[in-house]
Amino acid sequence: MPAVEIDAQGMHYTPLNRQIREAVTNGATEIVLKNIMGQRFIGDGLTGTATITVEGVPGGDLGMFMKGPTIIVHGNADHAPGNTMDEGLIVIYGSSGDATAHSMRGGKVYVRDDIGYRGGIHMKQYVNKKPVLVVGGEAHAFLGEYMAGGLIILLRLNQNTNMPFAEMGLASGIHGGEIFVRGTVEDWTLGIGSAAREATPEDLASIKPYISEFCEQFGFDPAVIMASSFTRIAPVSARPFANKYTWE
Amino acid sequence: MIIGSRPLKFQVMVDHDQCMLCGRCVENCSYGVYRMEDGKIRVNSRNCVACHRCLSQCPRDAIMIAERPCDYRNHPVWTDQVRENIFKQAESGKILLGGMGNTGDYPIIFDRLVLDACQVTNPSIDPLREPMELRTFIGKKPRQLELKYGPGNDVELKTKLVKNLQLETPIMIGHMSYGAISLNAQMAMAKAVSESGTFMGTGEGGLHEALYPYQNHMIVQVASGRFGVDVNYLDRGAAIEIKIGQGAKPGIGGHLPGEKVCADVSCTRMIPEGSDAISPAPHHDIYSIEDLKQLVRGLKEATEWKKPVFVKIAAVHNVAAIAAGIARSGADAVVVDGFRGGTGAAPAVFRDHVGIPIEAAIAAVDTKLRQQGIRNEVSIIASGGIRQSADLTKAICLGADAVYIGTAALVAMGCRVCGTCYRNLCTWGIATQRPDLVARLNPDEAAVNVSNLIHAWTLELAELMGAAGINSIESLRGNRDRLRGYMLDETMLDVLDVNAVGA
Amino acid sequence: MCGIIGVIDKTREMMDGSAIREALAIMDERGSGEGAGYVAYGVYPDYADLYAIHVFYDNIIEPKTKVEELLETWGMIEHDEEIPTYESGRMRKVHIPWRYFFRPNRKLMAQSHTPEDDIVTKIVMTVNTSIPGALIFSSGQNIGVFKASGWPEEVADFYRVEDYEGYLWMAHNRYPTNTSGWWGGAHPFNLLNWSVVHNGEITSYGTNRRYIESFGYSCTMYTDTEVVAYLMDLLARRHNLSPEHTVRALAPPFWEEIERMEPSEQQLNTAIRLTYGQAMMNGPFAIAVASHDLLVGFSDRIKLRPLVVGEHDQRLYISSEEAAIRTMEPSVKKISMPRAGQPIVGRVVA
Repeated sequence: MPAVEIDAQGMHYTPLNRQIREAVTNGATEIVLKNIMGQRFIGDGLTGTATITVEGVPGGDLGMFMKGPTIIVHGNADHAPGNTMDEGLIVIYGSSGDATAHSMRGGKVYVRDDIGYRGGIHMKQYVNKKPVLVVGGEAHAFLGEYMAGGLIILLRLNQNTNMPFAEMGLASGIHGGEIFVRGTVEDWTLGIGSAAREATPEDLASIKPYISEFCEQFGFDPAVIMASSFTRIAPVSARPFANKYTWE
Repeated sequence: MIIGSRPLKFQVMVDHDQCMLCGRCVENCSYGVYRMEDGKIRVNSRNCVACHRCLSQCPRDAIMIAERPCDYRNHPVWTDQVRENIFKQAESGKILLGGMGNTGDYPIIFDRLVLDACQVTNPSIDPLREPMELRTFIGKKPRQLELKYGPGNDVELKTKLVKNLQLETPIMIGHMSYGAISLNAQMAMAKAVSESGTFMGTGEGGLHEALYPYQNHMIVQVASGRFGVDVNYLDRGAAIEIKIGQGAKPGIGGHLPGEKVCADVSCTRMIPEGSDAISPAPHHDIYSIEDLKQLVRGLKEATEWKKPVFVKIAAVHNVAAIAAGIARSGADAVVVDGFRGGTGAAPAVFRDHVGIPIEAAIAAVDTKLRQQGIRNEVSIIASGGIRQSADLTKAICLGADAVYIGTAALVAMGCRVCGTCYRNLCTWGIATQRPDLVARLNPDEAAVNVSNLIHAWTLELAELMGAAGINSIESLRGNRDRLRGYMLDETMLDVLDVNAVGA
Repeated sequence: MCGIIGVIDKTREMMDGSAIREALAIMDERGSGEGAGYVAYGVYPDYADLYAIHVFYDNIIEPKTKVEELLETWGMIEHDEEIPTYESGRMRKVHIPWRYFFRPNRKLMAQSHTPEDDIVTKIVMTVNTSIPGALIFSSGQNIGVFKASGWPEEVADFYRVEDYEGYLWMAHNRYPTNTSGWWGGAHPFNLLNWSVVHNGEITSYGTNRRYIESFGYSCTMYTDTEVVAYLMDLLARRHNLSPEHTVRALAPPFWEEIERMEPSEQQLNTAIRLTYGQAMMNGPFAIAVASHDLLVGFSDRIKLRPLVVGEHDQRLYISSEEAAIRTMEPSVKKISMPRAGQPIVGRVVA
């Protein structure tokens, strides 16, 4: 079946999603959305394995609750792409807004450039469902805040590796999962309940498949990236706040 | 013997089946309730003040204390208390004296104010994971900044800032003097405030040498008796506080009974051992507001203008105007002590009937200072009946910069609020100078308790602020929009400038 | 939720209101159809040095007489007229929008350094607090606010914003929480040359309001946004702080950040926080503020609301969404997301 093309010029997101669902129901595996301008919820709750290519600037909550499909964005995404996503892949050839990969429970989000504040906030994992967020550029404060599971990799490719990561609240309240930052991080960036150390060869081996896949998407050289040192940030405890309360 | 015996205030009962005759109650009671007789613990309930020391030390939970097990005939006007007061005064012809704060049956305004929380329109902030700023600066602040802009990004700060006290949490411990309380109690609190990044007051009993290591966290008091005041004392304090009055007994002076003036107390106060330490009602160099300015300046001159000077007043009817006068005196902070403030001893008639509640006083003072455009001239420290973090939070919403706690800190060290501080028999080693009793209070352990209390309240304050979507204390201060009055009358709501619930 | 957008042409090249109408409409999802508004700078070139006072009248009998009496007391009305509006669909003239071109008599406030501004401020506060049925919602020179209840495109068509030309525009699409449906509650809020559009809720409003009222401002709009205009006026005009330092006071760095600064920066930032602690705004917000030669955008200290910046030649865009900027300028050269509390300042160069 040839790729289905939808011209979204001036279209509201509800009819747009309806058309996407129809195409998927009809067996489309490739869907191209033209002239996207700020439409929210693209692929919201969509299941299956179709690949949706977005041309333009999608609105917030791209791929929200999505279970399976792939979304490729040629442009920047707005807030919270991958919000509570379950399975599938989102690839953004650009940057994305605040709360990228919010509460993600499975699947992968790859952002070529930067993400906003609170990236990967409260990502979680269960048995073999482990969400992955890989960011090529920079992230702002509260990256991996509240994180209960999953994996975040921050590559900082536009940054001289001598410049340590310097945004507050990194992994603040983390109680599961792990974050890898290329290069080093300033001590003061670490939020409550997190601890950092240099990544070991075993650690690097564990993230290598994602970095390779990321590089394949965007045309970077994985060998160069893997040659850098990484910092691994992980929880000190699975119950960071257990000590805070006393009974009345 | 016209009047004869009255019903017991407290009845002490020992469960002899449980009692293992360890004798700890006999040993611990300084009021003479217990004795060991014929292989049994015997009691004299009439001596009991319900300080609960015995209970706390009994390994078998064998002691029970009941309050007033025998009632007077019930009468809503002629209460037990009223009748007993008349008995005592008929017998003695004297002024009634009592310890601790106001016992009057007034509604507590704090308990009729409720706080706000975010839902939907703004997110609550999780103070555990995101920054929550409680840092508070006590002192004068400029009304406006003067910045001089040069070429490029060049900027010069032309305004000179004066010294402020930097608090990591807006909870300080108020003034309780060495003499009124023991050195161990002061030591414990001094350690706690130093560790918590806040401050405590010395009271007017001078500064004992043992406290010198904590002097950077101590506010030295200059009261009408001027006990312990010399230039060494003034230099050591982080700030100086002039005490004009106290919420527990506005308008009258103080009286430390000679029993409590032991050798050490006599030395720090520079008065003979065993003599009463009497503080006059007014400062005899302050008979008018301009005289206050003289004392503020006198203290600033003596300390080369390096120390903030606070002025403490009891919350009386005209508290707002008085505070405005204080703001113009050059003082850096005004301490307003509400009518629930504690004390070692005060005439009951003052304690229960003079002054106004702190909630109304804060609101009135903050409003008046704003109306006159001088709110930045002074910080407002509220005290008198701050029992919990909710009171603290509400006090700040009403306009206070920080609070002083007193009784709460003592309770953290074991005090049961029995109200007999003036007898020098405090079984907890707090309000006594008797060496054997003082030795019961381990300053290091007590410091942990006080510091825990400050820490716990600080956590709760942070949570309340976070729930209200506020991440810095400046945005809570005077934010009366985040309060609502529940069952407060309209006049009271007007004074507080707070809306009713639902409004 | 609300959507905001602002644009400044640094060379003062004029833009009509049609593009910003489209940009605001792309963010319809952020509003509820109960309020929208536009402000444009440079719209009244024929009366450029006069104060353009826009008033909502409930009727044009009593309140109008009273407002005019007040204006005549403090200066001279050089021209006045009803603001042209075009009813259609559900857009009805709930209030009658009127405009005056007013010249204050500076001699009447001789003690002031800025007598005209102070006279106009006084008039605004007096009318809005004590003349029922009249509300001044725009009071600057050569600028005009156009707002009402409705969707962005409805309000734009009601005033025909495409008929106005300005070098600086801001617009706002409202999702009201405090004062639904009230025309006065729509943004932009304006005082003198300051205009504000705001997305979010200011949790420190009670503190900010009490602070600003102690400097003689009266909050009359029952909503948190108006304090921003007054705070800008106080700090940037009366206290002469730069726009950057004003923003620093309203959304200051955290103490832990200040502690990491160089000593002189540390001293300056501490002084700002101590002096202007009550001006600091808390809660989630993204704000754009405009004055004659200036467009400033900033978000709250922990970035709880979105803010996107677009740069294209001499134009600077600030908006809640990139899509809105691209609607106005499809080939925008640079898009970025400012840091929390970071002031984004666009100044006219000509």
